[in-house]
Amino acid sequence: MKPICLALVMMLAGAAMAQPLPEAVESYGPADAERRLLVRGTTDIARFEAVMQIFTSRPDAARIDYEQWASNDLFQVTLSDCQKGMQAADMVISSAVDLQFKLANDGCARAHRSAATEGLPQVANWREEVFGITRELAVIVYNKRLIDSAEVPLSRFDLIDLLRPDDSRFRGRVATYDIEASGLGYLFAFADAQQATTFGSLIEAFGRSGAVATCCSDEIIDGVADGTYLIAYNVLGSYALARAAQNPDIVAVAPEDYTLVLARAALIPRHAAEPELAGAFLDFLLSEAGQSALTSSHLIVSTDDGGPASLRLPESAETSLRPIALTPSLLVGLDQHKRRDFIALWRSTFPNESDDAKAAPE
Amino acid sequence: MKSRAQRGTRLTGSLSFRLGVSLVLVLAIGGLAVSLAAYAYGRSAAQKSYDRLLVGAATQIAGSLRLRGDEVIVDIPVSAFDLLSLAPRDRVVYAVFDDRGRLVTGYDSEEPPEGDDQFFSGSFAGEPARYAHVRRQIAERSFLGAVDVVVGQTIEARRELAQQITRNALVAVAAVGLVISGLAFLAVNSALRPLRQLERDFALRSSRDLTPVDVEVPQEIASLVAALNRFIGRIDRQLRVMRTLIADASHQLRTPIAALRAQAELAYETPDAQEQLRIVEKIHERSRNLSQLTDQLLNHAMIIHRADSVDLEPVDLRVVASEAVGQFDQTLSGAELELRIDLPEEPMVCDGDALSLVEACKNLINNAVAYGKPPITVFVQDGGATLCLGVRDRGDGMAKDMWADAGSRFAKRSGVSAASAGLGLSIVNAVAQAHRGQMTIRRPTDDCFEVFLELPKNRGAEP
Repeated sequence: MKPICLALVMMLAGAAMAQPLPEAVESYGPADAERRLLVRGTTDIARFEAVMQIFTSRPDAARIDYEQWASNDLFQVTLSDCQKGMQAADMVISSAVDLQFKLANDGCARAHRSAATEGLPQVANWREEVFGITRELAVIVYNKRLIDSAEVPLSRFDLIDLLRPDDSRFRGRVATYDIEASGLGYLFAFADAQQATTFGSLIEAFGRSGAVATCCSDEIIDGVADGTYLIAYNVLGSYALARAAQNPDIVAVAPEDYTLVLARAALIPRHAAEPELAGAFLDFLLSEAGQSALTSSHLIVSTDDGGPASLRLPESAETSLRPIALTPSLLVGLDQHKRRDFIALWRSTFPNESDDAKAAPE
Repeated sequence: MKSRAQRGTRLTGSLSFRLGVSLVLVLAIGGLAVSLAAYAYGRSAAQKSYDRLLVGAATQIAGSLRLRGDEVIVDIPVSAFDLLSLAPRDRVVYAVFDDRGRLVTGYDSEEPPEGDDQFFSGSFAGEPARYAHVRRQIAERSFLGAVDVVVGQTIEARRELAQQITRNALVAVAAVGLVISGLAFLAVNSALRPLRQLERDFALRSSRDLTPVDVEVPQEIASLVAALNRFIGRIDRQLRVMRTLIADASHQLRTPIAALRAQAELAYETPDAQEQLRIVEKIHERSRNLSQLTDQLLNHAMIIHRADSVDLEPVDLRVVASEAVGQFDQTLSGAELELRIDLPEEPMVCDGDALSLVEACKNLINNAVAYGKPPITVFVQDGGATLCLGVRDRGDGMAKDMWADAGSRFAKRSGVSAASAGLGLSIVNAVAQAHRGQMTIRRPTDDCFEVFLELPKNRGAEP
């Protein structure tokens, strides 16, 4: 049962005031199903379709309509649905967990309690309203063909050292997310700023060496693959690993000093039309079958012996892994003043990138 | 009374039950009071703890205020929200307002606070919430005024903490209640043990055992046991009177009646009329003695019975003496004896039973008539602490070695004499004892012999 592909890619440039629209839409499951589940997510369809296919291939399954959105747009549209009391999406899944948290905090999510959600750790379950469903790392990506093993940056310190020399060949060839355009990029950068003093040196090194802040995981990884960029910093590991599976030149490294761990957050909007079906889908995502499907899509990554060699960390998980927990502290990064100041700091490092894409996936 | 006694014991509930009920009441009321207190305490403790977190967060935010030109800049520290994360499930809302009440940053759903209350209640996202308000005064060239920081949080964690505190307190109260109940059970058991001991003592008693109860009992039921013992003693004495009467009667009456019968038979068989008349005279004398003996036996029994059953009343002994003399004169109509009577002027009042005292007095007169020499004087006098009622005569009286024994029955002789059954002094003695007094015998001078009752004075009658 091949899904009918209805991918619809929207050009969004210059559409600031327009109603935000999904970047792509796809449906899974029987066309004549009695119940339909509208899932909106930031996850690339390619990454997420496996799990939806399995869910909709079960007997008497519902149909899933999946809309792929940019994280900021998804937040806006969900918030406005919530405020208008509209029956819109039945489930919203976003890698911008701070925005998801804010939606739940502001009362736009509906609680779902089940055996599966009980099993989640506290950092991945807030009020039974927001749930962390994946396990993805913020990694450093490089092209094995262009960088020899001695130069490979295994930590942020290595990266700073590589950028330090004035004649470094990495000048202008390190890329990271544009935090204004990418909700995920902002989240990672803000988390970096909380984690360590390294962030100051790192952003300074980025500034001096003319690092590139640009949009979108796929574009950054494309750049690494074709040699435009030698190194990409803070790329979402799931995309890098998926690309590495096709292109053996791409290698993802989990920084040794610390590695941010992101759990993509799912919530059921307050006005969902099919909350029970959405709950069932959520339970499926958390079930063994769902988790193994997510693992094969690289949305759940193992850092121990089961995972890729480059992601194994020398330190124990407790010291190196920094999960981005679902706590009210996520709201700080969303504060108007805080965000303005943080972006201003960022802009002072990457002055020329502000005109690039306004909104993009991760 | 009789019908009640026939029905047997009337149950008015059990002591254990009553104690149990009052204990349960005390525990229930106390438990309720403690529970309410625990709930109030839990609420206020939870409120205070989480209010501190709110104020801490608001203060941190207020501390992060800066001025850029005339614009207030807020650089919210993450630690402020880490503080709020200590209530892990609660929604957070915050807002910063400048001196004109305009939102600087935070949630635009919030209104600038009115008044200076540090805490107030409200709601957020449809749930009850608690807010803390911190005001920071800024005095700069470019900005002069107050900036208000409001931080709110829903109250799930407070509720949970309050419930937890209350629950723990209730568990402690329940445990204490159980311990108290256990101790109370033991205490009631031990308090009721003497009663059970008493019961066992009575159950094991033989039907003829009328000795006093000898069980160690606490103060509270000692009076009950004492009353019981008095009651048993009375029954014992009355039974003894009855037994004595029967024994005395059978012992004392059998011989004279047999003698009477023998003499009557003799008279019947005697042909000589002169001789017959002499025997009839003897029969007459004997029957008179027998009648007197019967009187004495019955009197003795009656007096001992009255001693237990009649309440003592104030009695003037002069009246008693006169009465006794008067009655004696009536019974001894043919006597040529002269009885003197020696009474003081003032009333001689003691608590007593007039009838018994008159009887005792009459017995003393009888004795004096029988064994003493005239003149016989009935006297009443004030003996200091006691009052004396007695009889004096000029005879030799009884031998001194018999005095100590004089009060017991049949002390002087056994059997029947011509004039007395020997019960006279024993009746006097019994009356004296029933009046908590004593019988005294003395010989003040060689030609004078006195037997009298010493009776305690009536206190109320004392001048």
